[in-house]
Amino acid sequence: MKPDSISPILLGAAPLFRTGSWLSLATFCAIVAVLVPVLFVWVPEGHPLHLSAYSVTLTGKIMCYCVVALAMNLIWGYTGILSLGHGVFFALGGYSFGMHLMRMIGREGQYQSDLPDFMVFLDWKAYPWYWSFTDHFWYAALLVVLVPGLLAFVFGYFAFRSRIKGVYFSIITQALTFAFMLLFFRNDTGFGGNNGFTDFKRVLGFRIADPATRATLFAITGLYLAGVLVLTRALVRSKLGRVLTAIRDSESRLMFSGYNPLWYKLFVWTLSAVLCGIAGALYVPQVGIINPSEMSPANSIEIAIWVAVGGRGTLLGPVLGAGLVNGAKSYFTQAYPEYWLFFLGLLFILVTLFLPKGVIAIPQMLKRGRAASAAAQPVRVQRGQAPPAAPTQPIGSSGAVTEGRP
Amino acid sequence: MSAIHSAGSGDGVSAAIGRVAAEGVDVSHGPILYLDDITVSFDGFKALNKLTLTVDAGELRCVIGPNGAGKTTMMDVITGKTRPDLGTAFFGQTIDLTRLTEAQIAHAGIGRKFQKPTVFENHSVFENLELAMKADKRVRSTLRARLTSVQSDRIARTLDLIQLRDEATRPAGVLSHGQKQWLEIGMLLMQEPRLLLLDEPVAGMTDEETERTAELLQGLAGAHSVIVVEHDMEFIGRIAKRVTVLHEGSVLAEGTLDVIQNDERVIEVYLGR
Repeated sequence: MKPDSISPILLGAAPLFRTGSWLSLATFCAIVAVLVPVLFVWVPEGHPLHLSAYSVTLTGKIMCYCVVALAMNLIWGYTGILSLGHGVFFALGGYSFGMHLMRMIGREGQYQSDLPDFMVFLDWKAYPWYWSFTDHFWYAALLVVLVPGLLAFVFGYFAFRSRIKGVYFSIITQALTFAFMLLFFRNDTGFGGNNGFTDFKRVLGFRIADPATRATLFAITGLYLAGVLVLTRALVRSKLGRVLTAIRDSESRLMFSGYNPLWYKLFVWTLSAVLCGIAGALYVPQVGIINPSEMSPANSIEIAIWVAVGGRGTLLGPVLGAGLVNGAKSYFTQAYPEYWLFFLGLLFILVTLFLPKGVIAIPQMLKRGRAASAAAQPVRVQRGQAPPAAPTQPIGSSGAVTEGRP
Repeated sequence: MSAIHSAGSGDGVSAAIGRVAAEGVDVSHGPILYLDDITVSFDGFKALNKLTLTVDAGELRCVIGPNGAGKTTMMDVITGKTRPDLGTAFFGQTIDLTRLTEAQIAHAGIGRKFQKPTVFENHSVFENLELAMKADKRVRSTLRARLTSVQSDRIARTLDLIQLRDEATRPAGVLSHGQKQWLEIGMLLMQEPRLLLLDEPVAGMTDEETERTAELLQGLAGAHSVIVVEHDMEFIGRIAKRVTVLHEGSVLAEGTLDVIQNDERVIEVYLGR
């Protein structure tokens, strides 16, 4: 017996990121927080290096989606619970912050009223009670976290306590987002009906249309994305992360080992919803509109597709997937708008059939394919003989996590 | 048995979800497990029919019986997976198993090995043992958990015991069937249980592996109580002191292997065929 030979890697001492990954992350932060704002705000229009408002808005929007994909990956990729209703958390975060933005329009609306245009249109005389205090930025910011968080907590508590799993869980999350969409479509709900919120003027006193404001929102979104990446990595590397993947792989073994999966699921589910909500809040001022179509069931399914395309249960896959699919979407919906859904469906089928680990696994597959064809010829390992030692992996980064290299 | 019924509902345990149990199981009267008049029916079929069984602390008990005799259902009742329709199940003097969840029962000190080896296939062997290790298993403490050197020494000792030291960093999914069985037993030991339930622990093992498993189990008895469900009579002959025969959901016979093997009814329903 030689306990000392259990090496440091087994003690969970694997670093959060390797140096190279930290550098990439720092570079990313520098680009979104310094380079893009400079090129967008200070480089004059017409200069070849100038960034257009369109590209900044589009990239900012996609970065919000990337966070949603990361949040989805936490619950689906690592914990194995497929939510097809994550759009509702994103939209609720967006609506919460949208209420604040609506109040900041002041009297600059079409009707020059203290109330938002849609309320004037409905002939309402005062704000409904649930709009109280939303003129305070920090209260609205609190709602961004609390509304999706509470909904997720309560919904998750009952669903997980009843041990609803697999496809049944996915279906009721679809129902959840659909129900909220119908609710928000109604004018009486007080959130602008099918038009939702739009025509925002200012945030924290800055005009939203100003390039400097847009650049700041962009930078905040980029830094938030980087932060969520680090958070995901830290979670997955912790013992809690190992419990989450254990829930995915063998929940009953975990229960008989003395863990109560309910609280673990609820934790990661609520966290995921809150991350989505914040992404929604960052999305609304950049894109300039939020309406109930964000809660359509198809929207939530698309989120799952981003993650599947990128690679579930990997750190960077979901970011890649959200980027790729949305990039393709913005191209297709302009060039061939009627074919977009066909393309999306085809993409999903192809990835499921041929790339079950997502596009992030392509380099690995190519490498393995080459190694296999090289190994196929000369040496054959004899049966019963010990196979060559597998490349040691740092503990806590089981499987695909190791390929996370931002 | 009336003493048990009046002994209350095990309040100490129901509050202890996820926590390391403060006090152990009370075995002051000798037995560690009491099943009394347990009845479980599925759609009218009685999987267990007034099953009454007592296991002493430190005992190694073998349970045999033909298919459908209720062996697995009995384990399900003990570990909280199935609730009995009737009857009582007590762990020690005070812990009412019929009121606890699977996780609470695991915490109270009952470990279970499934018939089909069940390990976390994507985790390394080391991580499997780490996850099973007795610890505060609530979310917050799990999030902050750092492996201490005492804990990693414990894992290292278990790795040696189950002879998987060389496989420590490999994913459990690549282990052989027998190695997975051992890993699962190792995981149970990491939980520091008082009572181990082993469902066919030597199924699919080579003779040599079976031999080693027999030694391992005999080494465990004494400090632990062990219930083994097995079909392999040779294996039972090697480890068993007391054998219980189940038939149609209740106890048909109980005694030493000699007594059992010469019991007319047992021969008729089970051994003779």
